[in-house]
Amino acid sequence: MTKSRDPSALPAGKEGIMERQFLKGNEAVAEAAILAGCRFFAGYPITPQNEIPEYMSRRMPAAGGVFLQGESETASVCMVYGAASVGTLAMTSSSGPGISLKAEGISTLAGACLPAVIVNVMRGGPGLGAIQAAQSDYLHATKALGHGGFRVIVLAPSTVQEAIDLTYKAFGLAVQYRNPVMVLMDGWIGSMMEPVTLPEAKEPVTFSYTGWGAKYFNPSGVGVNVVTSCLLEPEYQELLNIRAGEMYEEWKEKEVLAEEYLLEDAEYVIVAYGTAARAARTAIGELRGKGIRAGMIRPISLYPFPVEHLKRLDRSRVKFLLDTEMTLPVQMMDDIRLAVADAIPVHSCGRSGGVILTNEEIVEAVELAIAKEAR
Amino acid sequence: MEKKITVAGFGGQGVMVIGQMLGYASCKAGRNALFLPKYGPEQRGGTANCSVTISDGEIGAPVSRYVDTLIAMNQPSLEKFLGSVRPGGIILLNSSLCRWEGKRTDVRVAEIQADAIALEIGSPKVANIVVIGAYIQLSGALSEQEMLDAIEEKLGKRPELLEMNRKALRTGMERVTLKE
Amino acid sequence: MEKIYERPKSLTDRGLAYCPGCLHGVATRLIAELLDEMDQRTNAVAVLAVGCGTLGMFHFNTDVVVSPHGRTPAVATGAKRAAPGKLVFSYQGDGDLAAIGMAEIMHAANRGENFTVIFINNSTYGMTGGQMAPTTLVGQKATTAPQGRNPAETGYPMKMCEILSQLEAPKYIARFALDCPANILKAKKGIRKAFGMQMAGKGFTFVELLSNCPTNWGMPALECMDWMRENTMKVFPLGVFRDGDE
Ligand SMILES: Cc1ncc(C[n+]2csc(CCOP(=O)(O)OP(=O)(O)O)c2C)c(N)n1
Ligand code: SF4
Ligand SMILES: [Mg+2]
Repeated sequence: MTKSRDPSALPAGKEGIMERQFLKGNEAVAEAAILAGCRFFAGYPITPQNEIPEYMSRRMPAAGGVFLQGESETASVCMVYGAASVGTLAMTSSSGPGISLKAEGISTLAGACLPAVIVNVMRGGPGLGAIQAAQSDYLHATKALGHGGFRVIVLAPSTVQEAIDLTYKAFGLAVQYRNPVMVLMDGWIGSMMEPVTLPEAKEPVTFSYTGWGAKYFNPSGVGVNVVTSCLLEPEYQELLNIRAGEMYEEWKEKEVLAEEYLLEDAEYVIVAYGTAARAARTAIGELRGKGIRAGMIRPISLYPFPVEHLKRLDRSRVKFLLDTEMTLPVQMMDDIRLAVADAIPVHSCGRSGGVILTNEEIVEAVELAIAKEAR
Repeated sequence: MEKKITVAGFGGQGVMVIGQMLGYASCKAGRNALFLPKYGPEQRGGTANCSVTISDGEIGAPVSRYVDTLIAMNQPSLEKFLGSVRPGGIILLNSSLCRWEGKRTDVRVAEIQADAIALEIGSPKVANIVVIGAYIQLSGALSEQEMLDAIEEKLGKRPELLEMNRKALRTGMERVTLKE
Repeated sequence: MEKIYERPKSLTDRGLAYCPGCLHGVATRLIAELLDEMDQRTNAVAVLAVGCGTLGMFHFNTDVVVSPHGRTPAVATGAKRAAPGKLVFSYQGDGDLAAIGMAEIMHAANRGENFTVIFINNSTYGMTGGQMAPTTLVGQKATTAPQGRNPAETGYPMKMCEILSQLEAPKYIARFALDCPANILKAKKGIRKAFGMQMAGKGFTFVELLSNCPTNWGMPALECMDWMRENTMKVFPLGVFRDGDE
């Protein structure tokens, strides 16, 4: 009762891991997690991320780790919370509807100051939406991934190689900051295959959980650990919230990641991430071929948002920004406008619901915006 | 050089394998490649299609409005994607299952009797390999050896299987014809 | 000439969206025939779960509500309580009902909600591509159980009729199979009974239908029927577990 084997499947434990391989985004992310030292994964089926749990079900046992399919997303993220509470760095993955259900667990992880990596392979929303790829969860990921006002670092790859690199990095950031980290990948990156080189395998990551979570709250004193996001004492809760706030400020200093593409002379700057940024890259080549000086800022960390990159644009030269996303209405707009304090006009361009945006559409959107600005 | 290809047909015709194999072979040959399957909400055995990009440089847009080549494995796919081929581009037809009706005059049309040839060779399953042969012959995107290396690595090293695939690839290369 | 076959009015004209040979098609049709026969087409509300059953929104020529995954009995509860005169049925897969929706089904049953559950047990997550479901048989392979279900790690198939039979409130609980014409007829009778009891205000009615998934089981439809008889039906015995009419 097996399906014919998918030729894309990476043979587990293959030698010569440094060589170039042709991998599917979802499987590459799963492998990157294992190479980063992740040895606990809990998930639940949902398109377009099914290859992540499926890959983990084959690969984790061989790597000496735990694979679990929970009875729901709520359960699987809480399995991750449980693993983290005893010092194991764990991962879960899902897509929009499932991420909504994980909100409770992610908020709990953040409240208890525990690390974990959450991968969201985005599809069209809201509700059950379309199962085809989209970029519909920017606001959810960057503003409020759950209740209570916590933040997480959100990393958005635009190639399969970058999906590997950012997943690998996410585990380090999670442990460093004792906070969940989200890899926000659109479904196209999850399902596409590209040549990649895998990083070196790290030892399984465990961390001391002594003094964790309840670092500032230890009712009984010695010898026990209380992992909780339930602080009960207002002063303790406030102390943690203030500490968290300081951490978010630190991220803005240290953890911003963005690519600047052909900005030196750019008059029209596209702001795009993930697959939309790839379409934009091609569009920029075509625009430049027509003598239109376009460039791009590509946020890689969506939170912290690359505010400074936008702030330092030459306002006398840049005529407008084009917020380009595969979701409608576009969701980064407020962040972009805030960063440039409305000193540069911001236009938008996008497709949604699982319809892919092409380079041609971006070229047309830039030309349309040029015409509008000329009026 | 950058080539964008759409491969389309019925589920079960090996459409995804064609796309993946072109990707694997390009990757193995040191080029950049991108394979993107299109999936529906379910696996209804209906139509299937995928996009492939092969490039010497960095690959940007995974999907563009126009492609250089359409590989149409059946008639509905031909009709659906006919308009997506850029002027001057190539349409490669599996002429065992579709007919060219001359609906466009600004493209080059090539034909390969993939299913008939596969039967001739002895396995209906290798029709997709025949098509790969036809494509590399037409486009020059990959050499026969580069393709064979990838086929051997991914589709199996069993001598009978390998021989069948080798024959399918070669026959595809030899028998593809460009229409006037 | 006498017309012996007619498309039920409760079905739309559209060709079935399910895979060829999938018994979701049979279940959908049985329900549609009954809605016609019981003259309930314009009074019915189908509450469809997420799963291949969602495709029923293209087929049922009745009012349809699509529920979030697993919450189907809660949505049906809301609909029935707010519109008690309607014939409300939920249409749920095994992933939906026995995994993520376990809490909702248990509590709707325990409250004795007056609607009917149609439970399609195909021992897999069909729509998402064949992952292990709570109903997957021991040893049965799945994309997330590549070596087959190992009870030491993932437990045993959950028998929902038997589990729900532990509750006092439910009025009708039965399991049928869709593997052959004789069993399909029995299933139809069972659904008719459940719908009838609901319309008489009797309370919670639950009909499990053993089904297949040719696509993810990786076998032709006919082979599926044999497989069901040799495997599924041995683990999930057919029968009426509760009949509150008696
Ligand atoms: C919250 C949430 N999680 C996951 C999914 C993805 N999903 C779609 S259908 C489905 C289950 C399909 O299995 P089943 O209920 O057994 O129905 P079948 O397709 O087998 O009839 C899942 C998990 C979803 N839509 N929403
Ligand atoms: S995937 Fe399986 S359950 Fe879904 S329609 Fe196809 S055969 Fe039926
Ligand atoms: Mg099912």
